[in-house]
Amino acid sequence: MIKFLKLFNFSFLIFISFFSYSKTITIYPSADPYTEIQEALILANPGDIVHISEGFYKLEDSLSIDIDNLTLQGDGLNKTILSFKDQMSGAQGLSVTSDGVTLQDFAVEDAKGDAIKVKGVHGISFIRVRTEWTNGPDELNGAYGLYPVESKNVLIDSCVAIGASDAGIYVGQSENIIVKNSRAEFNVAGIEIENSYYADVFDNHAENNTGGILVFDLPDIPQQGGHHVRVFRNKSINNNTDNFAPEGNIVGEVPRGTGIIIQANSHVEIFENDIGGNDTVNIAIVTYGYETEDKNYYPHPRAIQVHNNRFTKSGNNPDLETGELAKILYELSDKNMPDIFWDGILPMKQIIFGQPDNEKLILGNNGSATFLTINPIKYMLPIFNPVERDYDNYRGTITPLPEVKFSD
Amino acid sequence: MLCLLFFNYLDSSIYVKEDLIYQDKPPKKLSEYGFFQDMNNQTPSDGVLPYDLISPLFSDYADKLRFIYIPENKTAAYRHNKVFDFPNGTALIKTFAYLNNYQNSNTSKQLLETRLLIKKSNEWVNVSYIWNDDQNEAFLSIAGKTISTKFINEYGNLVDVRYRVPNINQCKECHTSNKKITPIGPKARNLNKSFNYIEGSKNQLIKWHQMGWVENNLNIKSMVDWQDESKDLNDRARSYLDINCAHCHIDGGSADTSGLILDYLESNKINLGIYKKPVATGRASNNLRYSIVPGKPDESILLYRMQSLDPGIMMPESGRFLEHTEAVELISKWIKNL
Repeated sequence: MIKFLKLFNFSFLIFISFFSYSKTITIYPSADPYTEIQEALILANPGDIVHISEGFYKLEDSLSIDIDNLTLQGDGLNKTILSFKDQMSGAQGLSVTSDGVTLQDFAVEDAKGDAIKVKGVHGISFIRVRTEWTNGPDELNGAYGLYPVESKNVLIDSCVAIGASDAGIYVGQSENIIVKNSRAEFNVAGIEIENSYYADVFDNHAENNTGGILVFDLPDIPQQGGHHVRVFRNKSINNNTDNFAPEGNIVGEVPRGTGIIIQANSHVEIFENDIGGNDTVNIAIVTYGYETEDKNYYPHPRAIQVHNNRFTKSGNNPDLETGELAKILYELSDKNMPDIFWDGILPMKQIIFGQPDNEKLILGNNGSATFLTINPIKYMLPIFNPVERDYDNYRGTITPLPEVKFSD
Repeated sequence: MLCLLFFNYLDSSIYVKEDLIYQDKPPKKLSEYGFFQDMNNQTPSDGVLPYDLISPLFSDYADKLRFIYIPENKTAAYRHNKVFDFPNGTALIKTFAYLNNYQNSNTSKQLLETRLLIKKSNEWVNVSYIWNDDQNEAFLSIAGKTISTKFINEYGNLVDVRYRVPNINQCKECHTSNKKITPIGPKARNLNKSFNYIEGSKNQLIKWHQMGWVENNLNIKSMVDWQDESKDLNDRARSYLDINCAHCHIDGGSADTSGLILDYLESNKINLGIYKKPVATGRASNNLRYSIVPGKPDESILLYRMQSLDPGIMMPESGRFLEHTEAVELISKWIKNL
């Protein structure tokens, strides 16, 4: 009993201190909203809540948060709107550089660059946040909507990302990532996990993008070798918006009508998704297609597992104009596009001696999904047809990847 | 006359108030620190020394008046290729102004802002002050300010500028290395030049040594003045990129995610941008494929972003409203000759 009381007292103290040290600063629409909001974000103490009440806030400069454990909170993603349509300076709408920040219930519209960039933090939560370019797909739109990078413990929950000229939801060079319950529409890439470790992407809806969900790994940047990504229970459908990314960007290579692309990376599990209505291909598993001098970089996908997805028809109108993927596939498949495509490219050593078992592509049950891969040996010897469509050759036992957990 | 004498007498009694440097909350007015005997003329008090950099950061053609204060009997340790390890109590003071002192200028000077980097408890803290209309005092700034004004450039032309005083967080964007605030300019390699002191011209590092601040005979490779056409083109370009870009484009800096590293010492070609593909550049790539294409400035994203005035494209991300045409010319020539 005494123990219990002690415990009770202790938690009571925490309760009290929570309330005495965390305060809420409320902002209302005014003549100079930038100064009011930015001053509040600077003068706040760790743990404080900056509450921006319902309204349309026109901002000429980018906002930034550099206070730990701050909450920036609106009255709803269609009610508190931070508009950067008239932005004059600053590369982002909002940038965050402090740990443990929560962003919730507001929208960032029409930023000149990225909408919300979060760099180098430990702990960031986006909850019911919307980023949007309101004029629809346009190569002049900013690159990323929700953009955490070089961060640890990233939560994106119930967010909306529309109109980004690169990726709506983009998590780069990060670790321990959860992206769930969110909607990405009319972006080049709906959701993209790039050069990251331990990501769970689930219960999201990616529709009307150029490519729905991308798991990429690129050379020549500080963190690479992306691994342990689970993509499950998502809908990636009707991603048939023409690619509007400016050239030079890797997503500029994504053909219109792609459900999911895995490029490089190891240990990726794609399961229980609904994928369909994509004009080019439902799932593509590919090697990084450029020369690189980066010796630490591994360009081939490894240990990819695809199972229990529900496919509907795709590949009816492949985008032969963008990148190489669709064109090659269209020719190889003799115009009969598969649901799942693996480019089959391996390092020379593995072409000759075979791929180690623990690196192989494994297909579980995927209903009546069709499959296509290229046999690299046959590809090099022109007398053979290099195309292999036998699904059962890749059938195997699924080894589920662990759930993502946030760490200290 | 008596009155004037009296004021002079008062002025000479102004000295630096160290307790304000150490105090948690910065004072509301810049004059309170006592860094200046005469605020408007920016005449420093005793112990406050003006200095200059070989190659400075471009800030919309603003003139910069730099001063340093180091508490008596304290020293700054030399660190190779890095900013001196200044002692607690050090204040780096930088006033941004349009002096408008080119020939035939009838526009009066305009003091815009004074930024302080103050070292206490082994950490740097940034504070900035915005000058009033009377130009005799500067007041503490939190959220920064937009100053729409005009200045006379070196060709005698009147130029419109939307000068932006950065907010406290924006200061940190450039002044952050591995999550800690740090000065950028005062590295020995960037200070090794002569300066016109009241008593005459002298090398700054020798002067600092005579002040008892730094050791003598530092063995350093100096930066090159990017405007000095007698110097090697590569050195000039690298010097410009270092002071204008490398505070972010360096390992631990706010742009290290890009993998583009523009530090003076960087030797890896890809890191320097040569045939380097963009990572998260978005529309700022301008449909170009590489940061730098040797021989082809017009195909180099780096140059395009130096020229742009669009906030979503331009580099640096903040602190620039105008194109730095002379630098664009230099970097263009450099890329052409790579």
